Amino acid sequence: MIELKKVHKSFGDLEVLKGIDLTVNKGEVLSVIGGSGSGKSTMLYCINAIERIQKGEVLVDGISVHDKSTNINTLRQKIGMVFQQWNSFPHLTVLENAALSPQIVLGKSKSEAEKIAKEQLDHVGLGDKFNVYPGRMSGGQQQRLAIARALAMEPEYMLFDEITSALDPELVGEVLDTLRLLRKEGMTMICVTHEIAFAREVSDNVAFFHQGVIEEFGPPSQVISNPQKERTQQFLSKVLQ
Amino acid sequence: MNNKQIKYLIYALIFIYAIYQTIVSVQASTLTYYDLVFLLEGLERTVYISFISIIIGTFFGVIFGWMKVNLGVFGNIILGAFLDVLRSVPLIIQLILFYAFMGILEIEISVFWVGAIILSMYTSAFVTEVVRAGIESVPQTTRRAARSLGMTYWQDYRYIVFPLGLRAVFPAWISIVLSVIKDSALVSVIGYLELLKSTEELIAKTNEALLLLLGIGLFYFIISYPISVYATRLERKLKND
Repeated sequence: MIELKKVHKSFGDLEVLKGIDLTVNKGEVLSVIGGSGSGKSTMLYCINAIERIQKGEVLVDGISVHDKSTNINTLRQKIGMVFQQWNSFPHLTVLENAALSPQIVLGKSKSEAEKIAKEQLDHVGLGDKFNVYPGRMSGGQQQRLAIARALAMEPEYMLFDEITSALDPELVGEVLDTLRLLRKEGMTMICVTHEIAFAREVSDNVAFFHQGVIEEFGPPSQVISNPQKERTQQFLSKVLQ
Repeated sequence: MNNKQIKYLIYALIFIYAIYQTIVSVQASTLTYYDLVFLLEGLERTVYISFISIIIGTFFGVIFGWMKVNLGVFGNIILGAFLDVLRSVPLIIQLILFYAFMGILEIEISVFWVGAIILSMYTSAFVTEVVRAGIESVPQTTRRAARSLGMTYWQDYRYIVFPLGLRAVFPAWISIVLSVIKDSALVSVIGYLELLKSTEELIAKTNEALLLLLGIGLFYFIISYPISVYATRLERKLKND
């Protein structure tokens, strides 16, 4: 379970998150929507402590993420993350990209790590690219590599930060299919996304962010199909045009 | 014949001609076999002091470079000032001053170590900038991805920053190595009997200035050229993937 309790986050004088309360249970999918600068990506970064928070608390399985005594590297092993820019490791092959962290972080043997990496790469449709360097692949393929790389750590939670924003339209479909598959397998996910139709289809809950607060929260049938708040209505009418 | 083969052919011709001329001139001169041994001993000391200085200088350069990226403003001012002095004051003056100070303070130290210490510090000042540039060449987003996979700070350095940064600045480091080998000739001013100093003594003894200087010019080339060729090859290999 991921819980955010009154989370405040500022960059200098700019307060990006103004008291976020959020709960995501095991097996749930939460989609986070909202305009740019609304703090939705920052909120995601606070969950695995890529960004530090100023006030409040983030709990993952009851462990306080931002507590000084928490080993953040151990905690991150169960929180996979995929970014808007795919961030492949350009000096490693596709297989090495996916096998590196199981090997060095989880301490698996090379053959074991490669076995897991191969499974996950097959999973995302990169089974024929093991020995290719990421620089030779399209953005879509690199994004699927990023998903496989995160999955190879066998995480319990996955965070997706606008992972389809930089992709060609036909590749968006493939990547979203991968997410649908994960959803079916029961993965707990938080997706910051602009794909409203996708959010409506897969989410248990949708959170609409506006200027650092959660303006509206609820099942997609409410937040997306029948928004109660005026700002949500305005936002949706803009993006659904 | 391609350009490369022509280049090697020219080198070979110059080399053969130089050897031929050397043999002819040596036979006509007052130089003896023992003088050649004397020179080769100087050559050995040049290689030795350069090697030691490059190793120590690179070691400290890596540490200083890391500090430059990671220390705050205050640390950077102190470290930066120290390194700026090393880089801006001519090596020959540093050598003489340090040698003189050792004398004034009555510290027992061999000329080899006076030379090696100054040459190492001088090298480290240049390596520092190269290392800093290398670390900063790795995108923050890539490192973020590495950390989100559970890698520790040092694993990120070991597996991501180091290989990527090395690739970016390897040619610059090789330039430093080559210039240290040549700059090591300056250690002769404090009386270390390396290649240049040996030559000077032989010139004083035999009066064969032109011949001897041509000869050691060739020696320096013989040390440096293989490094530069090997470096180019290694660089190409690194870039291929």
